[in-house]
Amino acid sequence: MPDKVPKTEKSEVGKIRCDACPVLCYIREGQDGACDRYANHAGSLVRVDPHVLLSRALEKDGAIVPFAARADDWDGNLVTAADTFVTAIGAGTTYPDYKPAPFIISSAVEGVDMVTVVTEGIFSYCGVKVKIDTDRHLGHECATVKVRGEPVGHVTTAEYGSQMLSLGGVSHLTGGSKKEGRVTCETLLDLCNGKPVELTIDGGASIGVEAGKAPIVNSVREERMRVGCGSATIGMFAKQWRGKVDEVVVVDDHITGVLSEHQAGKMLGIRETGIQIKGRRSTPGRYFQVASPGTGWGGTNISDPLSILTPFDSKRAWPGLSLLMISTTGEHHAYFELDDQLRPVEHQLPERLTDSVARIAENCEPALSTVMFMAGAGGSLRAGVTENPVRLTRAVKDALTYVTCGGAPAYIWPGGGITLMVDVTEMPANAFGSVPTPALVAPIEFTLRLSDYAALGGHMDHVRPLSALRSDSLPRRALWHKGTLPWPLAVRARANKST
Amino acid sequence: MTMVLERRPPSAATRMHARLLAGGRRLHLQDGPIDLIIEADGPEADRRAAFAAAERRFSGLLDELCAEISLLRQPVGASEPNPRGAVARRMTEACRKLAADRFITPMAAVAGAVAEEVLAAMLAEVALERAFVNNGGDIAFHLAPDAAYKIGMIDRPDQPALFGQLRIGYNDPVRGVATSGWRGRSFSLGIADAVTVLARNAAGADATATLIANEVDLPGHGAIARVPARELNPDSDLQGRLVTRAVGPLSPGEIRVALGHGAQYAEQLLHTGLIVAAALHLQGKTRLVGAGPLSVGVEEKPVHVSC
Repeated sequence: MPDKVPKTEKSEVGKIRCDACPVLCYIREGQDGACDRYANHAGSLVRVDPHVLLSRALEKDGAIVPFAARADDWDGNLVTAADTFVTAIGAGTTYPDYKPAPFIISSAVEGVDMVTVVTEGIFSYCGVKVKIDTDRHLGHECATVKVRGEPVGHVTTAEYGSQMLSLGGVSHLTGGSKKEGRVTCETLLDLCNGKPVELTIDGGASIGVEAGKAPIVNSVREERMRVGCGSATIGMFAKQWRGKVDEVVVVDDHITGVLSEHQAGKMLGIRETGIQIKGRRSTPGRYFQVASPGTGWGGTNISDPLSILTPFDSKRAWPGLSLLMISTTGEHHAYFELDDQLRPVEHQLPERLTDSVARIAENCEPALSTVMFMAGAGGSLRAGVTENPVRLTRAVKDALTYVTCGGAPAYIWPGGGITLMVDVTEMPANAFGSVPTPALVAPIEFTLRLSDYAALGGHMDHVRPLSALRSDSLPRRALWHKGTLPWPLAVRARANKST
Repeated sequence: MTMVLERRPPSAATRMHARLLAGGRRLHLQDGPIDLIIEADGPEADRRAAFAAAERRFSGLLDELCAEISLLRQPVGASEPNPRGAVARRMTEACRKLAADRFITPMAAVAGAVAEEVLAAMLAEVALERAFVNNGGDIAFHLAPDAAYKIGMIDRPDQPALFGQLRIGYNDPVRGVATSGWRGRSFSLGIADAVTVLARNAAGADATATLIANEVDLPGHGAIARVPARELNPDSDLQGRLVTRAVGPLSPGEIRVALGHGAQYAEQLLHTGLIVAAALHLQGKTRLVGAGPLSVGVEEKPVHVSC
């Protein structure tokens, strides 16, 4: 009597059966079981429990440990303490925070006794800074950014080749209407958890933003970030144009560059062409405000590059003069020659210039939206770490304490409080949550030497060894640490050793 | 003849998790898809005895249910045999009164029935001042004379925001609260974000909340995405019935109409005494049905928990 595995189970494409409990769910690919604790991830059964441990494995960046290695099996890893870091994701919180943080874990790392205090912070002072790599005009500085009609932030100071948005913060979360707060909270949560969000800017563009992905401006995917401003582009490529074209104009909403007038052109002995540009001349060959900001050539509102020129100076220009006009990404370009009346007439781009046009595009980096979570952990959260909160702040400032969010390094602002910034794409997926206040819940871990922890008034009687996690009943998920990031436990351990 | 080999699922004892929360004030029990949060008020020894009783009753409860699962996934009708398990009987009992004019399987009351059963086991062991068993938002509770509970009500199960609180006292005829909606963990045939029902017991609240939430609907509306339940969960008791996956923005008129459908059915349940009150939510609008604690006790007060 041959043993046979029932065929039906195998032939049901994409479905697997979970045997973790008697419900014996059939789970389709991409779906969770009835318990939300197990899921079918690309055909294998995985635990999707909330409390996340990072395991250090340089080769296995971001992979989820398959359920085949059962909880009991990988729990054994906890013994090799140095290779397991407990994140605060799903750790819970202990608000009000006079109670010790949910997990205070000790481990010996490279011969140094370390402690990591793990908690989920409830941040009402929080938001995201969004950097959108585009020269296109998204909206005026200070213009309101909206989601589903609710104000969630504003356009802030532009950076080199990027437009910046500042979203969230207390005045939108709790200072406006209930709906404004809810929509702001949802927007922050989605952006931080790497989900796409549609933003509209008053008097400006609508933008699809997703952390680490290309921005979508007015339904068009932004491919490239500009190589530099128009003037910088002239500077970079002037030599490659010499002898191949008489004049080059790099159209840029910020600074439009003109080869023959630019310092770089002068140095190369490029002849004056009598070209005349609209806009405000800054220094020779550099022009501000050649048009209005927009989503056309080089972040201006123009689609016809000739519209930024006035007639050529007949004393200097000559029939047959060749002119290349190009945007800062190389996305737009056009080639002209002057006719007998010194009017520019468009021609096909000559062979000799195709390389320089391609090189501008080649030197552009891919355009991305990046999302930095920013929050202040200076409040009562600190009391969950120590009975003497200000000492934690000082320990962070003195670099005795290393701060991470879900294992990702956090930048701490100088000055008072613990104001941190972290790149959400460096954190494990879905690391953020929210509470109805509304406020965001974000993981935060403080790692320091055990002796330093005692000195700053830490909750020493709540310190548990890493191995103790095996015996509590909390479900956990192991993730592989991103090999490109510093290993959180090693940062302080190494620093401690050298002192 | 072929033999079917199956790996035996782990036993209840090895599967089940029990731990104390909130400094020993609450007990968390988990087995498979069931998560219970239990609180009991009384002298320390009584509370401990109640928690122990809850844990004993909970152990193996899921196996009992699963032993009759195919029966419990069938629509309730006169001809079906009565299930054997105590929880299963509570489920069937709660649904039978509703089956005359609606599709319903006992699974519609499973969460409430489990909560009720565990609470009953605690009270059989020891007298308590107050106690509740919260099974993922479906709550069975007990009140001694003069005792009361304050219950926060949420407008969306996936992003819980309290929209109000209500106080239930010993004299109120309510011992069960349940919430249902398409955003929650179970599938819904309707579009309500949440329907919260107060009823005499938790199984009844669970079943009626499910049916009222099904009723809040705009059949054929283009902004509603629906999928056959079995495409999402091959085992679903709803089989090929279309369950709601997404609801686009609706006009104020449409919201009123959809809530009206639900409210009409809720009124019917109110008159037959199957519910005490209900709050229906759809895209920021609320409709209340029933007098008593719900309408009286609602306080429009957001609860702040920030640092």
